[in-house]
Amino acid sequence: MRPFYENLPFLSIFITILCGVLSSVIRDGRKAHALALAAAAAATVLSAVLLYCVYTRDVSFVYSMGRFAAPYGNAIKAGPLQALLAAAFSAVTGLSLLGGGRALLHDILPEKQGLYFVMTQLLLAGILALIYTNDMFTAYVFIEITTIAACAMVMAKDTGPNLIATIRYLFMSLLGSGLFLMGLALLDSIGGYLLMEPLARAVEILAELGRYHRPLIVSVGLMVGGLGIKAGLFPFHLWLPDAHGGATAASSAILSGVVLKGYIVLLITLMLRVFGLELMREVGVTGIFLALGLMGMIFGSLAAMREYHVKRMLANSSVAQIGYIFMGLGLGTEFGVAAACFHILVHAVCKPLLFLCAGRLSDVSGHHRSLKNLRGSAYRDFAAGVGFTVGALSMIGIPLLGGFVSKLYLSEAALESPSMAAALLTIAASTVLNALYYVPATLAIWVRPPWEEIRDVMRDVKPEDTRFDRSFFAAAALLMGLVFLLGIAYHPVMDVIYAGIRLM
Amino acid sequence: MPELVAQNRFAVVAVILFGIGLLNLMLQQNLLKKVIGLSIMDSAIFLLLASLGYIEGQGAPIVEEGCVNASLYINPIPSGLVLTGIVVSVSVTAFSLALIQRIYRRYGTIELPELLERVKKEED
Repeated sequence: MRPFYENLPFLSIFITILCGVLSSVIRDGRKAHALALAAAAAATVLSAVLLYCVYTRDVSFVYSMGRFAAPYGNAIKAGPLQALLAAAFSAVTGLSLLGGGRALLHDILPEKQGLYFVMTQLLLAGILALIYTNDMFTAYVFIEITTIAACAMVMAKDTGPNLIATIRYLFMSLLGSGLFLMGLALLDSIGGYLLMEPLARAVEILAELGRYHRPLIVSVGLMVGGLGIKAGLFPFHLWLPDAHGGATAASSAILSGVVLKGYIVLLITLMLRVFGLELMREVGVTGIFLALGLMGMIFGSLAAMREYHVKRMLANSSVAQIGYIFMGLGLGTEFGVAAACFHILVHAVCKPLLFLCAGRLSDVSGHHRSLKNLRGSAYRDFAAGVGFTVGALSMIGIPLLGGFVSKLYLSEAALESPSMAAALLTIAASTVLNALYYVPATLAIWVRPPWEEIRDVMRDVKPEDTRFDRSFFAAAALLMGLVFLLGIAYHPVMDVIYAGIRLM
Repeated sequence: MPELVAQNRFAVVAVILFGIGLLNLMLQQNLLKKVIGLSIMDSAIFLLLASLGYIEGQGAPIVEEGCVNASLYINPIPSGLVLTGIVVSVSVTAFSLALIQRIYRRYGTIELPELLERVKKEED
């Protein structure tokens, strides 16, 4: 008899899919919204319980799905790292839907609202499956499900530019998953298995004997490249600013906070469980990650500096932050991967906070998006102003906030690496660049413009927009709490990550 | 060399098709042609997968009257993957076509450069 907690990963995926199917028959957007929140809360609680169970027992387990035993069939594998990430991603999804709720019901046509929540639920289920799966082909299927759901979430706000952004996003994503599938086909033909552990053994033997060396490198390259495109790795990020910048606030928050990370988590699983860090270093994948990550950190920030549109600025800053994560992976050590995992958590909390607050600030300023028209908007919704400031300071890396700790860990990991100088210099330069656009943006929302300008902006504001938004306040407060939590109580989180990587 | 190509004819054709599809997806400016390129790319992968599981001279893995002899059948796993992959590919194609239709209704064109220009104007 297996202990009950081993059913939790499957249950959390199943509940979210089930609620997604249910949402499709609910006509009323508000009810579907409530159901989506309940499903995300349930997934969070289940993952948190799972985290407690596996972390205190210091185990990870394989849960086979269906009747076929390993090395065939399908399986889930869960340990502390998976449970932690699942809990964080479910919580962030729920909070984004909670905080962006009013804007969402405003941006999306009433008859389409039920369908929007179908997509958010499928997306969450897809991300959870990507975290937990132990089977390569299941990973591919859920990559596609996540892609379609994410594209549908971008186009939910039905404007012309959004449609174009969606189709570009869709084509880039499909290119990514096509490359992944090609790599998978090659790997299956030389490795012979789809479950990760037997496949890892086969890869290890092949690498040791030096047989099929070139097909192995090609398949690693195709899979890693495909996932990199989908995660917005520089220079494959050109679809990202428009797709994330144009969508409704909740979609932007979920897309940048959770979806990009889902692919990176799968990549980490591949690196640690299937190929092994040694092979990744040997074939040069980590070196490429390091170089592209460092370039992304600089060029993402430079692009963000040129933006006047606040949400596109945040989206460009995501490119830089993804660069940090890939830099951590590119160091090729377990400490680097752990630091990257911590940065995944920090960014998953911080960026949704920024997107939600930016969305709220533009809602109280007549739905204007450019920074010029948002001047002084923090006084119209104090909570959004404080939230934006906290998020921006964390992005820059001010102590007591999550961003500081992750930069500290990344620098510490870089110290052991041969490319220490380049990594440290780029972290320093990127920090300065971050400050160069986050500080002016923060100042802009807090500085009162001349009275005539306020009057011009306020002419477009409807009274119901400025009404106090209780659910936004709750979501922003919770996300801010999480940013502080990651910035202050980082030791326990790091311990969980180390345990998770050990038990991968 | 010619024997090697003949031996791996499925893989060679699959790689050529994959290249054609990829180039179409990247270089074509017409959205519909991009989708067609994508379909070619997916078909190439399915061809490769299906050929990987095929064993010369052996039949479909349908077990008759409880007689199980693995050496009589082809490898069924790649075929199963191809089936799943086709389902995914069909749904993705349907989604992109629906999206393209919507774009055409709004803008009256499906040429990407023109669309990007129009969007830029709309935002200014």
